[in-house]
Amino acid sequence: MVELVNITKLYHKKPVVNNVSLFVPKGQTLVLLGKSGSGKTTLLKMINRLIEPDEGNILIDGENIANRSVEELRRNIGYVIQAIGLFPHWTVAQNIATVPALIDWPKDKISSRVSELLEHMGLPQQFASRYPHELSGGQQQRIGVARALAANPSLLLMDEPFGALDPIIRKEIQSDFQHLSIFKEMTKIVVTHDVKEAFYLGDEVALIDEGKIIEKATPRNFLFNSTSNLVKGFIGEDAWSLKLSQVALSEVISFLAFAKDSAEEVLICHIDEKPFSRIFSMVNSDQQQVKIIDDSGLVGHAFVGDLKASFLKFESQLVAD
Amino acid sequence: MIEFLKDNIGEIGEQTMEHLWLSGISIFLSCVAGISLGLGLTRNQKLAGFFIGVTGVMQTIPSLAMLGFFIPFLGIGKLPAILALFLYALLPIVRNTYTGIQNIDANIREAAISMGMTRYQLLAKVEFPLALPVIFAGIRTATVINVGVATLCALIGAGGLGEFIFRGITLNSTPMILAGAIPASLLAISLDYALSLVQKNVRKRLWPFIAGMAIVVGIYPVWASLSQTNNKVGLVAGFNSEFMNRADGWPGLSEAYDLQLPALELEITLMYEALKNQEADVIAGFTTDGRIQSYNLRVLEDDLHYFPPYYAAPIVKLATLKEYPLLEASLEKLEGKIPKELIAYLNLKVDQHEFTIEQAADSLLSAVTKGVFVNNRSASGKEKLVIGSKAFTESYILAAFLSRYIEATTSYRTDLKLGFGGTKLLFDAFLSGDIKLYPEYTGTALLVFVQPDKTVIDSLLQSPEKIHTFTNRELKEDFGVVMLPSFGFNNTTALMMREELANQLGIVSISDLKNYINRFDQ
Repeated sequence: MVELVNITKLYHKKPVVNNVSLFVPKGQTLVLLGKSGSGKTTLLKMINRLIEPDEGNILIDGENIANRSVEELRRNIGYVIQAIGLFPHWTVAQNIATVPALIDWPKDKISSRVSELLEHMGLPQQFASRYPHELSGGQQQRIGVARALAANPSLLLMDEPFGALDPIIRKEIQSDFQHLSIFKEMTKIVVTHDVKEAFYLGDEVALIDEGKIIEKATPRNFLFNSTSNLVKGFIGEDAWSLKLSQVALSEVISFLAFAKDSAEEVLICHIDEKPFSRIFSMVNSDQQQVKIIDDSGLVGHAFVGDLKASFLKFESQLVAD
Repeated sequence: MIEFLKDNIGEIGEQTMEHLWLSGISIFLSCVAGISLGLGLTRNQKLAGFFIGVTGVMQTIPSLAMLGFFIPFLGIGKLPAILALFLYALLPIVRNTYTGIQNIDANIREAAISMGMTRYQLLAKVEFPLALPVIFAGIRTATVINVGVATLCALIGAGGLGEFIFRGITLNSTPMILAGAIPASLLAISLDYALSLVQKNVRKRLWPFIAGMAIVVGIYPVWASLSQTNNKVGLVAGFNSEFMNRADGWPGLSEAYDLQLPALELEITLMYEALKNQEADVIAGFTTDGRIQSYNLRVLEDDLHYFPPYYAAPIVKLATLKEYPLLEASLEKLEGKIPKELIAYLNLKVDQHEFTIEQAADSLLSAVTKGVFVNNRSASGKEKLVIGSKAFTESYILAAFLSRYIEATTSYRTDLKLGFGGTKLLFDAFLSGDIKLYPEYTGTALLVFVQPDKTVIDSLLQSPEKIHTFTNRELKEDFGVVMLPSFGFNNTTALMMREELANQLGIVSISDLKNYINRFDQ
């Protein structure tokens, strides 16, 4: 649980972070979304005191961080940056064990933690004795994340964590981040300028501009309910595809007309999937069918055209709400 | 060459050890100070430019000037040498430490800080290990420079391989120069190589390196103190390289009087300073030196007549006299024209920087000619007559005087090539024809060029005239060279002590000195 109360930071007497208050419940992911220079990174760095605020307080689990020893505070917060910043003179194992070594964990506890984290990150155990320069960029970033998680921090801060990775590796790691159990318990604050990444990772997204929070909402509300021009401007052309990627089949099922199983099936989708981007890109296939299933079996068949129609009905209802 | 090495292997080893120690301790100190300073500067960027500038300026000071600069404060010997070497080695180490740390990727530093490292942990675990290869490159640069500059330290009595080099230059002996130069180069190369081995895997081999350094720094003083002869007498001699090694210098004197004294090797001007500052108690100086009076020195009586008379006279080839027919008649007129008091006075004035060499030569010219010779002959078309000198005040003055005198009394034009680093060097240049004329001393000509048997020397020593005649006969036969009539003053070598100390110990003659020293052997 992290709480920012009226935080202001001035550079050359101008506010780069201007009276910001935020609340992130335990175990949730907040994404700080903004252009470069919006103040989002400054805001993040104030949480582990790499930067000290000029005004306001930051509380972690109810305790004001200004009252804690700065080293002790940082050792309890995981921190991942775009440039990774692995220590080139240390092996992967030494890198991962940075914080545990600083807080004097016993050796066997450290080595079992290192192998546990390698496994979580999907990396082979023999990587432990390699040096960072022997690894690919994606592998290095996984090590960077493992290093941040090593001492079981309750809070994880990530600054453009996947920005330098190529798109395929990036999707893979983003998906890991969403689904790996190791992240579940943790409170996460992620800085990014990538709108898709923000809506993919965030339980909530806060759009920041000129040091102020423009809007903070769930991705769903952001996309379907926001009236702010700034938000619309920021999301821009991506709005439609983002909307498509947000909605699960189960949400539109009440607007959907099922059909008899007749034509050829082009897709089989689980009811919890979000397949609308694919469905809307199937231009000349309105007469083809999608087979919808759930955990217990068949739910029904639907024509692609009817699925499209059901999504539009769902959207208009959401906006009307 | 090989024979020379065989004969001197002990001394070469000793000087190599001494050299290694001088370099080792100064580099060790530079590492400690340079790395600390470099690390400190990374925490204070404003001072960094200033300090690196200052160490850079120090690097540009010519090494010899730096050594000379410390003498008034620190005297001679190992201390000023180590300080100068230390300052020289400082720049590469400070600069590389600073830039090594400065150039570390900012993201790595941010990662380390955000992991909760303290300032010290950041430095010890991340910054220092990452900068080490760069720091090591600085240490290697410093080491190579240092071993080279350390040869110069021989000039201020600090010892090392420079002793061989400077002696070799003075005596124009190639084997002797190489006996110093080759070990010095090998030392530089092998130290650099050893450091390169450490550098390759510096993080793992840092401790062996520090241990090796500590051994070099620590072992020599122990070894030196064990090997040093016990100096119960408490007197130390300071001699210049030439006197130290010439057969008619210290080796002969020591034998003739059975005199045993520990002796420092010093550059000639420093020798007097050392005596004055009580860093040496006995030196071998020249009897016409003005400093005898101004420093209040006692010239010890040569009661066994070891030192032959050294009358100054122009030396010239017979062929040159034929080529320049007016020369002989003109120079012969100088016989007996320069009294000892006059040359001692001029030597002193020049040494005290009251006169330049030129002013002294002018005074000498006007004193000698009293305006009698007025030259109204037009210059002849002959090649310029090149006049040489040795590297001490009196020789400079006499050469400059000869140039003026010849131009005033003949139609020949002259050119000066002054400051040859040793008698042998100058004599060789003279024989090869590069130098046509220079002021030499009868005793030197006899003992260094003619080198007669000891019995012949003994029969000649009492009479300056006999020496001159005998020497000239031999020089003509052997080299086709003649010493013209002497200027009239005797500038012999003599042992000197501070008046006060000589009084206190009751020493008037060299035999007194010997007796004083021998008292301690019983």
